[in-house]
Amino acid sequence: MSATQQRTAESSANTRKMLQAMVGLGISCALLIVLTYEGTLPRIEQNKAAALEAAVFQVLPGIVTMTPFVVDENGDFRPATAADAPADRVYAGYDGQQQCVGVAVTASGQGYADIIRVLYGYAPHREQLVGFYVLESKETPGLGDKIEKDPGFQENFHALDVSLDPAHQALKQAVVTVKQGAKKKPWQIDGITGATISSRAIGNIIGASTQRWIPLIYQQQARFAAPKPSAHE
Amino acid sequence: MSEHRPNKTVAAVSEGPTATDEFIKGLWRDNPVFVQVLGMCPTLAVSNTAGNALAMGLATAFVLLMSNILVSALRNFIPRQVRIASYILIIATFVTMVDYAIQAISVDLHKSLGAFISLIVVNCLILSRAEAFAAKNNVGKSMLDALGMGLGFTLGLFSLGAIREILGSGSLLGFALLPANFQPWIVMILPAGGFFTLAFLLLGINAWQHRPKNTTP
Repeated sequence: MSATQQRTAESSANTRKMLQAMVGLGISCALLIVLTYEGTLPRIEQNKAAALEAAVFQVLPGIVTMTPFVVDENGDFRPATAADAPADRVYAGYDGQQQCVGVAVTASGQGYADIIRVLYGYAPHREQLVGFYVLESKETPGLGDKIEKDPGFQENFHALDVSLDPAHQALKQAVVTVKQGAKKKPWQIDGITGATISSRAIGNIIGASTQRWIPLIYQQQARFAAPKPSAHE
Repeated sequence: MSEHRPNKTVAAVSEGPTATDEFIKGLWRDNPVFVQVLGMCPTLAVSNTAGNALAMGLATAFVLLMSNILVSALRNFIPRQVRIASYILIIATFVTMVDYAIQAISVDLHKSLGAFISLIVVNCLILSRAEAFAAKNNVGKSMLDALGMGLGFTLGLFSLGAIREILGSGSLLGFALLPANFQPWIVMILPAGGFFTLAFLLLGINAWQHRPKNTTP
């Protein structure tokens, strides 16, 4: 065998070894991840449901009970059952007199680093968003994560205007994020300097979600009026 | 005859560090936080409370231990050309597992540690121990090295977290320590507090290590 042929054979053997190592490792690692995911999934879902319920009480101040609702095939709200997927639910909150104070809605969309998942509270009688909570976010620590830690940014959602047109079919003005300090209108979100993309992402997520949900919830307020509430534990 | 006599010094050098040395070095002499100054990103960012610091330290220690064991066990199987890619794959796997485990333990804890759990993948401490130690030593030694370094890292983070929480919130692990009239030093739980605390700890440790030795018999 010539020197060239020998070098080619060695090179081919090396490539095979590298491939074997990487493929073997890749399959083993994937298996480990899948097993861990499957093993922890029930517990994670249980924890997330509890955290979501606690967040509903945070975004709808003054409520003492809540009931999850879903939209049925006719486009009408009905109380959710265990069979309904948690992702499709909205949560009606009730005060001590069992009056519906508002509805909490989950929304998600692309942030800077990953998908951001939020919960906001809507008070139909005020036609405003009255609370906001970040359920999941992987935004840059110290910058993008200000969307959940900056008190000034949170202030935007204490009375954010989402009033409807006279026909109650669409928002008068879509929710938008503006530059920090440039907020002039009640439907605008004051952005965060240094977290521009993340704060704009929140505007986009809330904007898209309110366009879909607010007219529907407003038109069907009566359906939230007679609940069978579950007490907050 | 003299060349056959066992020389204690030579024997000690050829045997290398003992198992205890491998474990102890990470705790103090080569502590990852206070001596090697590695993994500063999580050290400064999530040490605002002792609980967060402890959770991050233990998560990092677990990933370090498991990756060191696997890298050492597979050191003869992984070709040199793809070793770094393989180490990152192994580390990322254990980080993902830790991420799921923390979510299963507490969503609040997962939220407060935020993106720093995923960032354990790029913690230079873990990759450096894989490349500098586990790839050249047997599983037993690599495990002891990882345990020592992991606990040393946890100790470093917990020291910072405890000081910052006591001064910044007047409590430790959520339990009130200081009297109610104590005015918390808010700066200590802010990022600047992390730098201050680390600077003073490094100053103290260096002063201790370079203290004048008493040479009188």
